[in-house]
Amino acid sequence: MQLTIWTYEGPPHIGAMRVATAMRGLHYVLHAPQGDTYADLLFTMIERRDARPPVTYTTFQARDLGADTAAIFKNAVEAAYERFRPEAMIVGASCTAELIQDDPGGLAKALALPIPVIPLDLPSYQKKENWGASETFYRLVRTLAVPVKPTAPRETRRPLCNILGPTALGFRHRDDLVEIRSLLGRLGIDVNVVAPLGATPADLGRLGEADFNVVLYPEIARAAGQHLHKTFGQPMVETVPIGVQATVRFVEEVAALAGIDPAPVLDGAPSRLPWYSRSVDSTYLTGKRVFIFGDATHALAAARVASTELGFKVVGLGTYTREFAREIRAEAALHGIEALVTDDYLDVEAAIQASAAELVLGTQMERHIAKRLGLPCAVISAPIHVQDFPARHSPQMGFEGANVLFDTWVHPLMMGLEEHLLGMFREDNEFHADAAPSHLGPAHQPVPPPFAGEGGPRVSEGRERGAPVPERSPPLPPAPQAPSPAEGGGSSSSAQSTWAPDAEKELRKIPFFVRGKARANTERFARERELPLITVETLYDAKAHFGR
Amino acid sequence: MNAHAKLGNFDPACGVEIRQERGQRAVFCGLTGIVWLHRKIQDAFFLVVGSRTCAHLIQSAAGVMIFAEPRFATAIIDERDLAGIADMNDELDRVVGRLIERRPEIKLLFLVGSCPSEVIKLDLGRAAQRLSRGLSPQVRVLSYSGSGIETTFTQGEDACLASLVPSMPAEAKDAAPSLLVVGALADVVEDQFARIFAELGIAPVRFLPARRAGEMPPVGPNTLTLLAQPFLADTARALEERGATRLAAPFPLGAEGTTGWLRAAADAFSVAPARFAAATAAGSRRAEQALAPYRAMLARRRVFFFPDSQLEIPLARFLSRELGAELVEVGTPYLHRGHLADELALLPRGTTIVEGQDLDAQMDRCRAARPDLTVCGLGLANPLEAEGLATKWSIELLFTPIQGYDQAGDLAELFARPLVRRTRLEV
Repeated sequence: MQLTIWTYEGPPHIGAMRVATAMRGLHYVLHAPQGDTYADLLFTMIERRDARPPVTYTTFQARDLGADTAAIFKNAVEAAYERFRPEAMIVGASCTAELIQDDPGGLAKALALPIPVIPLDLPSYQKKENWGASETFYRLVRTLAVPVKPTAPRETRRPLCNILGPTALGFRHRDDLVEIRSLLGRLGIDVNVVAPLGATPADLGRLGEADFNVVLYPEIARAAGQHLHKTFGQPMVETVPIGVQATVRFVEEVAALAGIDPAPVLDGAPSRLPWYSRSVDSTYLTGKRVFIFGDATHALAAARVASTELGFKVVGLGTYTREFAREIRAEAALHGIEALVTDDYLDVEAAIQASAAELVLGTQMERHIAKRLGLPCAVISAPIHVQDFPARHSPQMGFEGANVLFDTWVHPLMMGLEEHLLGMFREDNEFHADAAPSHLGPAHQPVPPPFAGEGGPRVSEGRERGAPVPERSPPLPPAPQAPSPAEGGGSSSSAQSTWAPDAEKELRKIPFFVRGKARANTERFARERELPLITVETLYDAKAHFGR
Repeated sequence: MNAHAKLGNFDPACGVEIRQERGQRAVFCGLTGIVWLHRKIQDAFFLVVGSRTCAHLIQSAAGVMIFAEPRFATAIIDERDLAGIADMNDELDRVVGRLIERRPEIKLLFLVGSCPSEVIKLDLGRAAQRLSRGLSPQVRVLSYSGSGIETTFTQGEDACLASLVPSMPAEAKDAAPSLLVVGALADVVEDQFARIFAELGIAPVRFLPARRAGEMPPVGPNTLTLLAQPFLADTARALEERGATRLAAPFPLGAEGTTGWLRAAADAFSVAPARFAAATAAGSRRAEQALAPYRAMLARRRVFFFPDSQLEIPLARFLSRELGAELVEVGTPYLHRGHLADELALLPRGTTIVEGQDLDAQMDRCRAARPDLTVCGLGLANPLEAEGLATKWSIELLFTPIQGYDQAGDLAELFARPLVRRTRLEV
């Protein structure tokens, strides 16, 4: 048994639902107790879909337990077929139905429906959501993809590929697909089938017509891609085009497979990220300590972008995707750190705290952890809330995706010029630490901002939109008596050394958003050297000692 | 758990048509009740013993609340646990031990059964007794089932409160009659009712559940219970087994429902009519005033209820009698004919009530009727909106204070808002 409050992934049948909901002409009959329909609202509310997922639940109840549940299942399959007339069906059991041991596959087969009915075996007590999506997609491809001859000889037509991996409830899958389609189009490559998103079972039958496959999300489509490679000899591109360099590599790999020249697409400045990152305002980003956590695909990509395209220092890297632990460990080793592979958010919280990160890139969960710790944060991976299914175009992949990454990750940080000005005018009436936000006018100046003191992180719990806004919620509480919890909550340490008045005064000249850290570092320095009194000298000795 | 109660004082001649339906159901399971119950009993912790699905459900239902150190969690059963029952009890003890270590402020721990734990017949009742022995007197451990196979949505609260009843203190046999209000209400509503009962001169008045685990009210043969919620079949039965007597009443939704509900208590405590009128006049007048603007918006609007919480019948009564709406179909997951007798009697003749659900057929009926407003769960709301039907998502009715005089206007507003929104949007 595992004690859990937050889960990064749902059970595997949610993964199957993500595949079924992404497709058209496919229906999923799920043998499940009353109540499991809660999963519908992930699709109708978080992703804001305008139709119910194509899922029929048997919703058996206690009074049905016994021989009855098999009959309920068969009736549900028959009724779903009659009503929806799908091209194909998938059938399976949720965690409870797995225990009562009806055999969905066998029962459905006995009905001899005139369409393919694909049984899913999703072990709910071992596996999780992404595995369920991967297995479902693999089973569908394995059953439905048949050997077909390309429509014309390779020499007489444009190259043709499949795009594999986008699903329902995927983080930015909709917009990534737009970017990748456009990249391929500009290269002169045609897209045969995109699957699962938008594909029908008949489309899966045509997968073999393509020359190669593009696997966008390895967690979901690697197994299917490998199967297609084995059976139809289709090579696959598995480079995840998140970030400028990865996109360039992706374009080169795709072009090589298609036998075409990538130069027209790569020439010029296809992304604004490189210039923005080189512009002097970004200098302050150098060496910013970033903690990265998410699914394997996005965490790996983010680590590369953060370190080599934005100049951050990756001080933490982890994933909840155990299937990709090896890749994550290898990447972490490149940054000289140890990877965190866990699905326990408390472990993640502890690691973030220990890493002394200045920016957190993670999931919805890390957003909340960061909020509690008063750290800037951006979301890079599922699980996500409704605000990360935005109305606007917002890809992660391709050159436009790189632009989006730059904006999304940098905005939670203080902009460089702003940071400089605040430092320069720190003694100024308008900028001093206890000043209220200036639009409130001079009358409000003596009032401490609402986030001051220990209640700070709690106050922000109610706010749902986006990451903390730096100019209103500085990363570290300004009140000197409330050091940031990110620094290990050093209030107890101040009992050992006292601050000399002039040192205290000097401390207050340090910009408020790094002051908490300076205080904690100085106190640690004093404690380690058993200095009873912290003087201005101690402050600067500590600064020299800890200087990064 | 879902056995039909005896008909009680239900009058089959009250002129409503009650149909039963079976098939696919789009409803929550009883685990969802945890999301509001844990806010109510402030030193209780709810530990679901279930699967990853259960944890995922609570997470989806609790939304952002999950991060504010909530007092609920899931012990996820894994493959190892399924190998042998003895091992599972050890595992459960270990998980509970770790939990209590982390949260020493917890005084009451509910082990909440789920579909998986019920199907494998893990005896949580015995586990609760065993753990209670080990953890007393600091922590008391109780168990109930919130599984989907046994409970629908609000029935989780019923099961939880029913599990509290046996350990409620016994009221002295010769105690003066006392009033027990049953069902979790928002604190603000509870306080309003307490003030009105005080003005009526009814005392002592107690509430179940209490806000703290150690303050659960006493019960005995002189306890008169007033149900504040329509979904408390098992709790009422358990209280009756302890000698309490239920006062028949409509539920305190809207001005009329609130007056009827208060009157049931007033009559039982022989409050003089003048005093009753004096104590309720101000609230009643304020409710009337608050409702007036919404009457224009909701009069003659045709409303369709999908089953969800068992609040549907009292809400339908409120909408039709106080706001002039017409009822197309009133779905309810379960109908306690005894507890809802007063409500059924107030519904317009010919109202169609459907107990249970066959989702696709019900959606067909709804599409055919094209109601002006459809009250349904979040899984159906956006799909129906996309088909051009205005909807009111029903879960909000559980999380918002809606009972009593001073919430009557808010309750009407919840139904009016989607209609008002439709008139505003020009895109």
